[in-house]
Amino acid sequence: MAAELHVALVAADREVWSGQATLVVARTTSGDIGVMPGHQPLLGVLESGPVTIRTSEGGTVVAAVHGGFISFADNKLSLLAEIAELSDEIDVQRAERELERAKAEGDAAAERRADVRLRAAAAR
Amino acid sequence: MGAQLRVYKRRIRSVTATKKITKAMEMIAASRVVKAQRKVAASTPYAKELTRAVTAVGTGSNTKHPLTTQAETVTRSAVLLLTSDRGLAGAFNSNAIKAAELLTERLEREGKQVDTYIVGRRGLAHYNFRERKVSESWTGFTDQPTYADAKKVAAPLIEAIEKDTADGGVDELHIVFTEFVSMMTQTALDDRLLPLSLEDVAKEAPKGEILPLYDFEPSAEDVLDALLPRYVESRIYNALLQSAASKHAATRRAMKSATDNAGDLIENLSRLANAARQAEITQEISEIVGGSAALADASAGSDR
Repeated sequence: MAAELHVALVAADREVWSGQATLVVARTTSGDIGVMPGHQPLLGVLESGPVTIRTSEGGTVVAAVHGGFISFADNKLSLLAEIAELSDEIDVQRAERELERAKAEGDAAAERRADVRLRAAAAR
Repeated sequence: MGAQLRVYKRRIRSVTATKKITKAMEMIAASRVVKAQRKVAASTPYAKELTRAVTAVGTGSNTKHPLTTQAETVTRSAVLLLTSDRGLAGAFNSNAIKAAELLTERLEREGKQVDTYIVGRRGLAHYNFRERKVSESWTGFTDQPTYADAKKVAAPLIEAIEKDTADGGVDELHIVFTEFVSMMTQTALDDRLLPLSLEDVAKEAPKGEILPLYDFEPSAEDVLDALLPRYVESRIYNALLQSAASKHAATRRAMKSATDNAGDLIENLSRLANAARQAEITQEISEIVGGSAALADASAGSDR
C-alpha cells in the first residue's frame, strides 16, 4: 500500500471532508503547493482557490476554498477554511449568476469567489 | 349558570390557552437547544485546529503582533456584550447585562475608558433606555448565528484594537457571554479576548503534545497576521453559538415553569369553580325544598 496521509478539510461551521489521501494540491499565497505523505511540517496561508485531494482509493476530491490555512504535521493535513465547498455541492448555475452579478457590480471579492466555485466545479 | 361560576370558567379558558402557548414555546426551545448544541459541536474541529496552529506559530517563532502585545498602560477597553434579540428567557439577558456592568465598573475603577459593543436587541434596549453610549451594535441573528455574523462582529473590534489609542482605538477587548454548561446551568461570564496571550492559547491545546518545527509559508509573520484575526473570529463565533444555546435553554426552562404554573392555576381555578357550582346547586336545592315546604304549608293551611 502506498503511503497515505490523513486529510481533514474543515470549514468554520462543519467538517467538509476527511479521509486518507496520497496527494493534496492547494494554493497558498506564494503559489500552488503539493503535499505528499512525509512532507515536512508546514503551516501556510491559503488563497481562494480550488483544492485537489487525490484519495487513496484513486478518486479525486475537488473543493472550493475561500481563505484559510493549511497545516501539515505527523502525516496529518488540516485544511482550515472559513468557507469550503466540495465540487459536487456547488450549484453551477447559482455560481454563474453570482459571477455575472459580481461583474456587473464590480465586486471583486464576490467575483473571485464565484470564479473559484466555477473552476472547482469544472474540475470534477 | 351563576355569575361567579361564569367568571371562573372564563379564567380557566384563558389560562388553558396561555398554557398551550407556553407548552409549544417550551418544545420549540427544546428542539432549538439541541440544534444549537449540534452547531457548537460542528464548529469544534475548526476551533481546535486553529488553536493548534496558533500555538504552533506562537511557540515556534518570536514574532510580535499588535493582537498579542500588551499595551504598557491600558487607557481604553472594549467590552463586547452578547445578549439575545428576544426575551421570554428568564434571567438570561439580565444576567449577561449584569455581568457586563460589573466588568465595566471594574475597568472604570482601574481608570480605563470603556467602549461598549452589543449584540442582541435586548442588551441594546437596556443601554439605550439608560442613554448610555454604545459604540456599535448588531441585531437579528442571535437565535442562529452564522460564521459570517461572527466575522461582521469581529471586524470593527479587530480594527479598533489595531488602531492607536490616541486615534480612538482600544487596548484590550473583553467579551461577556453566557456559557452553556449544561441544559440546566448557564453562566454569564466575562473573558479577556485581546490582547491574546499565547501562553493561554497553548494551555488550551492538548497536553503532552510536542509540536513539530513548522515550515511557514510564506513567513511566520504573515501566517500570524492571517491567523490571529481568524482565531478571534472563531472565539467570537463560539461565544455567539454558546449564547444562542444558553438562550434557548433559558427559554425552555422559563416556559416550562410557566406551563407548570398555568397547570397549578387551572387546578386551583377548577377547584374554585367546582365549589361555586356546588354552592349554586346547594342553594337551588334549598330554594326548591324551601319553596315546596312553603307550598305544602300554604296548601295545608287551605285544607283546614
